[in-house]
Amino acid sequence: MKLAADEQAMLDGKQGKAKQKAMDLLVRYGEALGAERFVDTNNVCGTVGASTPFLREYSSRHGGMDAVFSEFNLDSAEVVEIPKVSVYSSHLQQGIDPEHAERQGIAVEIVNFHRKGEAYAAGLGLQMLNTCAPYTVGNVPALGEHCAWMESSAVIYINSVLGARTNAEGRESAGCAMLTGKIPYWGYHIDENRLGTHHVELGIEVESTADWGLLGYYIGEVVQDRVPVITGVKHAPDLARLKHFGAAAASSGGVEMYHLVGITPEAPTLEAAFGRKQPVMRFSYGKAERRKAYERANVTAKNPNVDFIMLGCPHYTLEQIGDVCRLLEGKRVHENSELWIFTPRQTKLLADQKGYSKIIADAGAHLMSDTCSALGRVIPKGTKVAAADSAKQSHYLPAIMGIECWFGTTADCVDAALTGRWSGGLE
Amino acid sequence: MTKIVLRGRKVVGGCAEGEALVTKDRISGWGGIDPRSGTVIETRHELRGISFAGKVLVFPGAKGSSGWSSQFHVARLAGKAPIAMVFNEMTTKIALGAVVAHAPSVTDFDQDTLQVIETGDWVKVDGDNGLVEVTKKG
Repeated sequence: MKLAADEQAMLDGKQGKAKQKAMDLLVRYGEALGAERFVDTNNVCGTVGASTPFLREYSSRHGGMDAVFSEFNLDSAEVVEIPKVSVYSSHLQQGIDPEHAERQGIAVEIVNFHRKGEAYAAGLGLQMLNTCAPYTVGNVPALGEHCAWMESSAVIYINSVLGARTNAEGRESAGCAMLTGKIPYWGYHIDENRLGTHHVELGIEVESTADWGLLGYYIGEVVQDRVPVITGVKHAPDLARLKHFGAAAASSGGVEMYHLVGITPEAPTLEAAFGRKQPVMRFSYGKAERRKAYERANVTAKNPNVDFIMLGCPHYTLEQIGDVCRLLEGKRVHENSELWIFTPRQTKLLADQKGYSKIIADAGAHLMSDTCSALGRVIPKGTKVAAADSAKQSHYLPAIMGIECWFGTTADCVDAALTGRWSGGLE
Repeated sequence: MTKIVLRGRKVVGGCAEGEALVTKDRISGWGGIDPRSGTVIETRHELRGISFAGKVLVFPGAKGSSGWSSQFHVARLAGKAPIAMVFNEMTTKIALGAVVAHAPSVTDFDQDTLQVIETGDWVKVDGDNGLVEVTKKG
């Protein structure tokens, strides 16, 4: 890799040991990619916490949070002192919601450890957004802005919907970018890699967030890590629909960028979406494909008695919380079920002010923040059968927790919460 | 015994040899593997329930969550990472994952490794020179 003077200086240790370690890892990573240089970034989203048992134990055995940052963000077994971040950096979702620790089955000492970890990260200068959807709570990158973000559902959103430029970074590369403001100039930072590869023609209308999730789940499995271009969208989807679509496509496959012709910013026309490239494949999405995606998203589900309903993957917007409240108001969650709804803590504050939190609490449901069931491995004790309106959550939760999971619309899920039984199905 | 040499490009340097574990399915890191045992856990994956610990992992590439690298990072510290990686599709997930797994890795081959290497073959990965030597089993 060709290094600029400031990059070479950091690699030579002229700005301290931590930045030297960070540049060293970035160079090894850039060379692994085959990148030729770095690009400057002033918008990094990553994670520096230690919420899993493995990392907590590492922290206590190796000398605290600097040891965790050294190993798990800089790939350095040697513990180095971590300075404040040098660029605008945000923290993604965490492993627990400290405000709902008891219900999530989290011991007090873990909550105390978590709070110390949060204070450490805030002390380094990170914005503690604690969400997988930073773009819903004020971190909204501009068109063309070079970013270094983790979280596949956020990466696909800011690339495709906002026209920002990021690859799916990992914990280590994001940590190094926070300290150096550098990330390999590769992949979706470069114009030609953002052009479409596959052409998807919609043969049916795609309506609800669950429907958009199914579309993403189907497309991701077909195109894997390439760039689908979708035509035939009748109604421009809103933020929630785009959020569910991208999260699903990044779960069944590795999609980090897509174009909706006439809707997303880099695809005013089909020609603009593909540039000089010809599509490597064309396929259509109709009733049969939707059915296939639905069956795949429900592959683990057999038992109609639902113990647990998980909403908010990716973290719900205020509007989605409002939709649930309209279905929930004046009713009670069934005695055999629990309903947990996840949203950023900033959105929760708005939900409190708007009265949504009270409607949810009065119905016996719980509005949580900071984490989610799959990431934090937090589900009600004894859960055997879950339900979700997110294809991403229904993809990961059964694998991670060894439970069944139904997938359906938000209304299907709320109905399951109220009756304790799954009666959803494909219309 | 038949020996086949595949030529590619260095991803991570170093040399390692061992038994191949081959899959035609891409692998998810977070939510796709249990790093403490090196086992694939993804529901519809052909390697579900099988561990790659100590194996030369031969696969098309990475998919899924951006927690890919951190899961293979934990697997390495738990002693359950693959000893080497051989793959076809370069992504940021796999590049960073291979780097932090400290696993000699090669990509960009002159032929499709998934056609040549089978589970159980003995594979020698020379990351520095981008060479993979395959000794067919049996």
